[in-house]
Amino acid sequence: MSSTLQELYGRKGRTVTDRDAQEITRVEEVSYELKTADVMNRDLKCLAPTDTMREVFELLRVSRISGAPIMEGNVLVGIISQEDLMRAFANNDQDVPIQQYMTKNVITVKSYEPVIKALEIFARTKIGRLPVVDENESLVGMLTKGDITRGVLVAIQKDYQEEEIRRYRASHLFEDITSDRTSLILRYKIKSRDFNNGGQASSYIKRALLRLGASPQLARQCGIAVYEAEMNLIIHSTNGGVLRVQVEPRRILMQTSDDGPGIPDIAKALQPGWSTASEEARSMGFGAGMGLVNIQRCVDKMDIDSTPGKGTKLLMEIHLDPDEKFKSPPDTPESPGV
Amino acid sequence: MTLQELITELDLIVLTAPRDFVAVTPRGGYASDLLSCVIAGAKPGNIWVTIQSHMNVVAVAALREVSAVILTENARPEADVIEKANQENVILLGTREPSYEVAGKLWELGIQ
Repeated sequence: MSSTLQELYGRKGRTVTDRDAQEITRVEEVSYELKTADVMNRDLKCLAPTDTMREVFELLRVSRISGAPIMEGNVLVGIISQEDLMRAFANNDQDVPIQQYMTKNVITVKSYEPVIKALEIFARTKIGRLPVVDENESLVGMLTKGDITRGVLVAIQKDYQEEEIRRYRASHLFEDITSDRTSLILRYKIKSRDFNNGGQASSYIKRALLRLGASPQLARQCGIAVYEAEMNLIIHSTNGGVLRVQVEPRRILMQTSDDGPGIPDIAKALQPGWSTASEEARSMGFGAGMGLVNIQRCVDKMDIDSTPGKGTKLLMEIHLDPDEKFKSPPDTPESPGV
Repeated sequence: MTLQELITELDLIVLTAPRDFVAVTPRGGYASDLLSCVIAGAKPGNIWVTIQSHMNVVAVAALREVSAVILTENARPEADVIEKANQENVILLGTREPSYEVAGKLWELGIQ
């Protein structure tokens, strides 16, 4: 946890090491990036000023919370906490209305403000919970330090996972290896009618590409093209076939080949909605006649070479932009889904 | 709206392993039983509504990175499908209602 957060949380007395210092920057960054709306609790448990302190007791006990906003209609008029409840019970005031014990000048934070703003308020005021209001001052959530800690931890965990993925990516596979031509070949045997394992090869290929440093968008594109090609082998081929993916620094070549039955009319097969899928395949939701159309949308080049009775070769190629190569960071902005 | 809220609102049955559904926020949705249409039309983060419940649903859901799949009309996947879904981090939810009703309710809840 960052020194800043430690200070804000009122815990001091530990020397900050270099390692901490590195983490501090990221925790602080996250505190600026995250909005209060990202981490607040939206499950609001409210009471009215005319409700009794006994009802506060019941609500806090049943919902296992330590305080609640007090609403008059849609307007936030106060806040009641465990401490207020203890004061009331000490005075034997179980049945007096909440308005006698609630805090009336409620400090709030805006839902679009960064988490750091809420942390500052917590540090300054020593209050335990903050109502979160939107731009119209309507209550949209409640925020405690616990909510913030959880939100920050989740954000950092996500960072860490991305960092791990990045580290695992064998980008050096292409950058540090010098050769006249570098390529990685992935080969999968696909069985005919093996619907149960359909999509397995494409999922492996997508994962492999991500590990190699491909952007999520590129990995998805290849995944879809390969999935449709893989399903075509499962649905249509007589004896199954082979799926081969060749990854190079500047292009990805994907290819399926089988030994039958072949496509009699390729032009027809390319028409959206045209399919020869079996009843079995159709009942599972295949045979929409969109396979080749989907592939065409995902790749830069597609070629079908088919002879009835002999077999089909499907070639797909994706060119990589020089800056889309296997160096692109994982957070490359995505274009809209294909 | 978080997936947890959706599960409560639509009274969905969680078929895969429990997860932190509060941390999942579906963005938009897609309804179809034709897998190639889903591949082409669904967007990452969508919630997918379908009556199909076989193994390939998991493959398509993982490939398209949908936030969750709602299996309608009491369609129940086999145990190996659920196991695969857990491996691939695909969330499968069940309901007895038909896809049309489910899509309508999702739309009304703001999943648009």
